[in-house]
Amino acid sequence: MKYDVIVIGGGVTGCAILRELSKYNLKIALFEKEEDLCSGTSKANSAIIHAGYDAKNGSLKAKFNVRGSILTKKLAEDLNFSYRNNGSFVVCFNEEDLPGLTELYERGVKNKVEGLQIINGDKARELEPNLSKNVVAALYAPSAAIVCPFEMTIALGENAVMNGAEIFLNKPVNDIKKINDYYLINGQYETKYIINAAGLYGDVIHNLICDDKIIISPRKGDYCLFDKEVGSLVKHTIFQLPNKFGKGVLVAPTAHGNMLIGPSASDVEDKEASATTSEDLEMIIEKAKLSVDNIPFNKVITSFSGLRARPEGDDFIIREANDNFFDVIGIESPGLSSAPAIGEYVSEYVATKLNAEKKENFLSKRKGLNKLNKMPLEQRASLIKENPLYGNIICRCEEISEGEIVDAIHSIVPATSLDAIKRRVRAGMGRCQGGFCSPKVMEIIARELNIPFEDVTKNNAKSKLVFGRLGEE
Amino acid sequence: METREMICIGCPLGCNLTVKIDGTDIMVSGNNCANGERYAKNEVTNPVRIVTSTINVQNGKETRVSCKTENAIPKDKIFDCMDEIKKAHVNAPIQIGDILIKNVAETGINVIATKNISQK
Amino acid sequence: MKYDVVIIGGGPAGLAAALAVKKEGVDNILIIERDDKLGGILNQCIHNGFGLHTFKEELTGPEYANRFAQKVIEEKIAYKLNCMVISVSDDKKVTYVSKEDGLNIVEAKAIILAMGCRERPRGALNIPGFRPAGIYSAGTAQRLMNIEGYKVGNEVVILGSGDIGLIMARRMTLEGAKVKCVAELMPYSGGLKRNIVQCLNDYNIPLLLSHTVVDIKGKERVSSVVVAEVDENRKPIKGTEKEFKCDTLLLSVGLLPENELSKLANVELSRVTSGPIVSDNFETNVNGIFACGNVLHVHDLVDYVSSEAELAGTYAAKYVKENTAHNSYINVEVKDGVRYTVPQKIDIDNMADRIIVRFRVSNEYRNKRIVVLKNNEEIRSIKKKVLAPGEMEQLFLSKDELKDAKTLCVCLKENQ
Repeated sequence: MKYDVIVIGGGVTGCAILRELSKYNLKIALFEKEEDLCSGTSKANSAIIHAGYDAKNGSLKAKFNVRGSILTKKLAEDLNFSYRNNGSFVVCFNEEDLPGLTELYERGVKNKVEGLQIINGDKARELEPNLSKNVVAALYAPSAAIVCPFEMTIALGENAVMNGAEIFLNKPVNDIKKINDYYLINGQYETKYIINAAGLYGDVIHNLICDDKIIISPRKGDYCLFDKEVGSLVKHTIFQLPNKFGKGVLVAPTAHGNMLIGPSASDVEDKEASATTSEDLEMIIEKAKLSVDNIPFNKVITSFSGLRARPEGDDFIIREANDNFFDVIGIESPGLSSAPAIGEYVSEYVATKLNAEKKENFLSKRKGLNKLNKMPLEQRASLIKENPLYGNIICRCEEISEGEIVDAIHSIVPATSLDAIKRRVRAGMGRCQGGFCSPKVMEIIARELNIPFEDVTKNNAKSKLVFGRLGEE
Repeated sequence: METREMICIGCPLGCNLTVKIDGTDIMVSGNNCANGERYAKNEVTNPVRIVTSTINVQNGKETRVSCKTENAIPKDKIFDCMDEIKKAHVNAPIQIGDILIKNVAETGINVIATKNISQK
Repeated sequence: MKYDVVIIGGGPAGLAAALAVKKEGVDNILIIERDDKLGGILNQCIHNGFGLHTFKEELTGPEYANRFAQKVIEEKIAYKLNCMVISVSDDKKVTYVSKEDGLNIVEAKAIILAMGCRERPRGALNIPGFRPAGIYSAGTAQRLMNIEGYKVGNEVVILGSGDIGLIMARRMTLEGAKVKCVAELMPYSGGLKRNIVQCLNDYNIPLLLSHTVVDIKGKERVSSVVVAEVDENRKPIKGTEKEFKCDTLLLSVGLLPENELSKLANVELSRVTSGPIVSDNFETNVNGIFACGNVLHVHDLVDYVSSEAELAGTYAAKYVKENTAHNSYINVEVKDGVRYTVPQKIDIDNMADRIIVRFRVSNEYRNKRIVVLKNNEEIRSIKKKVLAPGEMEQLFLSKDELKDAKTLCVCLKENQ
């Protein structure tokens, strides 16, 4: 099979690049090693669209973050993913930390972040009543936002497919060879151009073909997610100003109305070490208490850990590393915020190099899946009339119907595992964490994909949920 | 003389029983009812349990029917009983109380259905 | 459609309540059930031990459920299956969705909340480690085995010694799995004593009291679980870790009344039970909305659920017939080892001649007295050799003895 461009990695960066590339007359594909898009760093992070004051002036992080934050707002409308422009605070607890806040403010102004303001503690508490009494001042960034990173990544991927891109799941890249003017991937796929957006494995992919060897190190961050009942405890994303006691953690609402605290930051060896630790969980709980009063810690519904892809330097690595081989790696924070802008930049670069023209019939909008519990009752009623499966509620906590799950299984990028369903429609994402619905969702997956029940997995092929029927050896 | 402490499983009260065994003489104390004494004596001489499980159903609306031994069976027959239950197949329709396995593990006790299953 | 009484939930509470409403002569009843059959969670509780109080014989869960379901059918009480209620309002409009009916709103003169409870998930304990396949709440595993008929695990560790955890330890053992241990955070078990005997001791399954899970290993499927001893503050003690190789971790770490709908109807909830605050007639703060069963407080025995629901149904019918309004209550205070009572308040003028007050204690106690204080004076003292949080206690109070009560309190005292 021959392609013009193959993107390696189905995280938000890879999908954003694929979507932007699909605006051009190119034969493009994306390879993802897991069974679904958004299975690595993109699935477990703070879900924040940062305003862009944090990154050093002139850095790639600054450039892509600020631009990305503007693009994301429009994308959310066009591609139908959850997005809320909730604004953020960076709070500090001591007068002596005020210069740090001012520094952030000035950096933000230079990075062209709009609307930044330093406000005192009382003003901050007026806007955010549960903010701790100990907050003396805050940097207020009205342009900061929150998104659903799963929906965003999948929306970008699906929109690319709508525009002719191909996505291969369960497709790890083990081998890349340069043959004349093209690359051969896994001895099977020819492509003129490769974009390496392999996240934590960006170094492994790079080192397959490039002479200089690089290292991407995993840095683990633990989070706790709270019941929706607590979702309105804070409206804004509350960061802490890094000080002599360390980097601080955030307290934020999520786009779906839960509340999130975290992350920790521990360097780990293993690229798969996405396990939470009691030390990290305790640390984020202690630190979260500093920012916000009355956090009900008995309302945590799950905790999880994400691995950020740390480059050796301080900045993203976004450059053509070899002829027709482009690295987009070391995309740690603010990677989610930057992805749309990175996609725009990389696709323009590659299109120019390949002399590709823009398509005239690019479909810039995606309808996405029906979300019945977000609809007015009349609309919901009429949809159930059209398709009665929408009336059969499977996940009671998030109120997700069989129809929505079936839609997800047969969507543009099909959901084939329990986790993939959870990321698309939120069945199992609620307060019982799949206790009631997972056997039912497994049944629906088995039926719709026509596979045995015991072959349904949590995520990849090794994550089997049951061991065959009772009474059979 | 041997003394054993045990908890009665006759009902949810879970009385703490003291059993004194002197040859064939068995003295039970701590029980609040006659079931307690019976349980303790059984437990010393021939402990028995009710076994509950599920059996594979063919052509039923559901694929498993829940079942139980009609009476308690000797404790040391539990796994023999389970072996027969695992191998069994029954046909729908099934009514509560239907005998699914006769004389399970040669205990003289039947395994009966505890659920109604209608035909597919 | 308009009904006299709408009952949300067709499990043991809903069924018993419905029968009681009917018995009081109120016929226009609707039970709304989310599952495809009546009986609720009892249908997956295939073990025996139900019905000793209600039927004077020992039944399995499905049999117990069936007895009530049959009566409901015989009494021609209307019920709807596969229907999920998505909202209840304080003016007693119930909105539900289903394949057959689409989105539908019914009106009721009285509503009985009987939605049951759910299991606490792993996150509620913040257990660290990976998030692989093979971590199930005990009830989910129970459904996968007993209803769907699948083998959930081969080598198993269970956290929590609640009854479902104990029952599942035996169930999985019988199906050929090796249950390595049951770890319990508290120094005592949360389950019934008889279940420790017949589910663990019978099969030599170790019960590790004052232990918890401190790590879950395995990226795709659970590969091992690390268990450690905890100190008196329930914090793991370093150096006591033991690693158990296993493919499955079952969690039986508590049940939570499921009151999301109650909140929509502005029903006031107790912070202790997580269920509605009710008076002696099982009415919530919203006139005409009643609650019973595990949605009200988590019970240890279904027999108690049935008897409580029967009362709630009777009172709901009475409300429909007489439109009784209550307005003066005294609160039942609790202290010294008593966690809560149900009911939390009593309308002494309008109460029945005799009522049952159910409660749980907050710790394991020996040689105590359950004491009822009226106007700070002991009116009742019941000696108890052993009291445990896993077991629900009850006492009967008569209208006569509560006469002129300004304050009422249930507590534990030393046995003199």
